[in-house]
Amino acid sequence: MRRDVFQALADPTRRAILMSLKTEKKNVNALAEQFEMSRQAVSLHVKYLWECGVISINQEGRERICALEAQKLAQVNDWLAPFRELWETRFNQLDELLDDLESQTDFKM
Amino acid sequence: MNKTSFSTEKNKLFVTRTFNAPLALVWRAWTEAELLDKWWAPRPWQSVTTEMDFKENGLRVYYMAGPEGEKHWCRTNYKTVDMHKHFTGADAFADEAGNINEAMPVGLFSVQFNADSNQTEVTNITEYPSEADLQKVIEMGMKEGLSMAFQNLDEVLAGISA
Repeated sequence: MRRDVFQALADPTRRAILMSLKTEKKNVNALAEQFEMSRQAVSLHVKYLWECGVISINQEGRERICALEAQKLAQVNDWLAPFRELWETRFNQLDELLDDLESQTDFKM
Repeated sequence: MNKTSFSTEKNKLFVTRTFNAPLALVWRAWTEAELLDKWWAPRPWQSVTTEMDFKENGLRVYYMAGPEGEKHWCRTNYKTVDMHKHFTGADAFADEAGNINEAMPVGLFSVQFNADSNQTEVTNITEYPSEADLQKVIEMGMKEGLSMAFQNLDEVLAGISA
């Protein structure tokens, strides 16, 4: 059965798991420790997220490492989202540059 | 941080943003390679310009360098330049010799500058041959946008749970 991004986000625990993976990859055990529910319950959510395509699971040695599939998640917004992000980031960097240039100019004056 | 406005109209993209800096400075940031390279690529990506000739019928060849050694080459052909007012041209994907990749859509852009006391409003319009081409380019951009999509997650989650 093919699931989608919206199903992934429909449950608070699954949203919490995604938020937790936002900063770094984690193995399933480490994820389970963060939640007050059985490891098995967390495992089921992880499996569900994987079926939705919003996380990847890779076997590394004895560990199963979960990582966010950000690209898939971004679909939730609109198809323009990556474009918006690109320009917002560029412009924020440009703000910084302009600040720097202006302070250099002030210094010379 | 000023708000950026985005809109689309079939095969056209509109982006408008105001910068808290005088026109002459904003113009330089858009037209000098050394300055462009400082903001054009979303960090941790880096923009590296290898050839720059900003003038009518001039060009810029550059690549976006990724954190894992990826290089995406691009070429901008400048068409018209009206100092401190606007410039137009074409944005294309390229190889390292600056040869345009014909398989990818070329975007015709115009960048317009409007001074308002000590602020500058910049409007960027990019037009692709078709809506499908526009979509293709945006999907390409996702490669570079991957790290940024993370920042987006908060918004996505907030929107869904609201």
